[in-house]
Amino acid sequence: MAEGKTITLNMGPHHPATHGVLRVEVELDGEIIVKATPYIGYLHRGIEKLAESKNYQQAIPLSDRLDYASASANNMGYCTAVEKLMGIEVPKRAQYLRVIMAELARIMGHHLWIGTHALDIGAMTVIFYAFRDREMIMDINEEIAGYRLTPTFFRIGGVAADTTPDFIKKVREFVKWFPKALQGYHTLLTENKIWTTRTMGIGPISAKDAINAGLTGPSLRGSGVAYDIRKAFPYSSYDDFDFKIPVGEKGDVYDRYLVRMEEFAQSIKIIDQAIENLPEGPVAIDSPWITNPDLVSVQTDISELARRFVLHTKGPVGPDKEVYHAVEGAKGELGFYLVGDGTEHPFRMKVRSPCFYLASALPRLLVGHMIADAIAIIGSIDVVLGEIDR
Amino acid sequence: MDKSEIINVSGMRPEKGKYVLPFLKGLAYTLKNFFSKPVTLQYPTQKTKRSERWRGLHRLNVDESGKLLCVACGLCAAICPPKAITIIPYEDEGGTRYPEKFVIDELRCIFCGFCQEVCPKGAISLTGVYDYVDYNRRDFIFDIEKLKKPETFEFKGK
Repeated sequence: MAEGKTITLNMGPHHPATHGVLRVEVELDGEIIVKATPYIGYLHRGIEKLAESKNYQQAIPLSDRLDYASASANNMGYCTAVEKLMGIEVPKRAQYLRVIMAELARIMGHHLWIGTHALDIGAMTVIFYAFRDREMIMDINEEIAGYRLTPTFFRIGGVAADTTPDFIKKVREFVKWFPKALQGYHTLLTENKIWTTRTMGIGPISAKDAINAGLTGPSLRGSGVAYDIRKAFPYSSYDDFDFKIPVGEKGDVYDRYLVRMEEFAQSIKIIDQAIENLPEGPVAIDSPWITNPDLVSVQTDISELARRFVLHTKGPVGPDKEVYHAVEGAKGELGFYLVGDGTEHPFRMKVRSPCFYLASALPRLLVGHMIADAIAIIGSIDVVLGEIDR
Repeated sequence: MDKSEIINVSGMRPEKGKYVLPFLKGLAYTLKNFFSKPVTLQYPTQKTKRSERWRGLHRLNVDESGKLLCVACGLCAAICPPKAITIIPYEDEGGTRYPEKFVIDELRCIFCGFCQEVCPKGAISLTGVYDYVDYNRRDFIFDIEKLKKPETFEFKGK
């Protein structure tokens, strides 16, 4: 620095370690980063704007494509926000199924994180085990929803379909299998000297700074702030389940790693409780202007047929008010701000994406570290660009 | 938040990493998995068993006499989020409606399955075919003839 000579380097947008199309412009003094500026927008698809021209049901597949690594968790955010707008109470069975799908999605998102994060730092083995187990969740998604990555299983007022016997069996199998696999990840990483050297003391952020930067999710909890929307503002029957919030102390890359590893275990605990206590009953509300009437009644009853036509050519109507509803996505507080105007389309949909705040904290996380540590830090905050650029 | 609802993960945090033992443990774990049954499949000769609910290429269902069930009501085209379905209805002298043209652009389609969910006749359903490949984009625009037999488009290797 004394000579005042720095070089500017572009990391990304096509760098494999930026996990998508994030470009970070770093200014280097030797190997030390003196300034970092993230640039976003390479994956902009206009999801917020598109939602204004689709009706409330048609926008559900759009929400899948925000954080595609954990699609069902976004479905949860969007559908619960719309239900809050319309004032709908979802049946208990649907709530439990939603919890199962959202927690499976969280595990799926964390699988992608641990695989790529470890791969970036040089531990190549973990990604194979992570993707082997991720495949089991994909099979569960396929079994119940018919699609693997973006299941679009949630509907306004419930879920798309009831369970199948195979679904229950596969979820139980996964719940039984996964703690063993998790122990395997711990074996490969937790005490490993290379892993600890690359992660301990790297990219620390204090609790105060983390709150000021708007961080949420595992990255905030790594700094010691016990804030989880599932506990703070329970939605979708999360208060029925017994689970704990993992928090770290130092707020470095290693603490964020440990928090996510513990979240794996807590999520599997929630899924276990939900699948064993799955209540009987309908999987969607029975409301004439929101949910789809079933095929038999449509083919026998003319009024039901007319209802289906009106419902799907127009769509469910959102009242003239505005709501904000946040859920705990895999990356943090995923909020949907919806402004209804008494029509079938939202007047405005704003997504409060956790990854946007995580990426905006990069300048203060990266400065003072080596360029090689930038890879570890970007991996540890776990950004998904589909959600940042929307 | 209540203290009892929090786990402090610092308990799992070692003072510092160790050189030899974790490596040996990791190697042992890998070696154990090396001799287990592989989870990979030799695609495309081997494929996973697909779920009944799989949302793949569309099929227009026919009745026993081979006539389309579709009455060209246009509900699937109305719900379709990416507007991938185009229907031109036709009505014969007897007043029976059927689609003169029913085109699905499989490249626009996002396979959300809303069309089969809303169809009042059960005339359209999504099949288990997910790996249709071709050389040009024109062939992905499916007309009635192609939509009647989506199973023939399954990729079976060379």
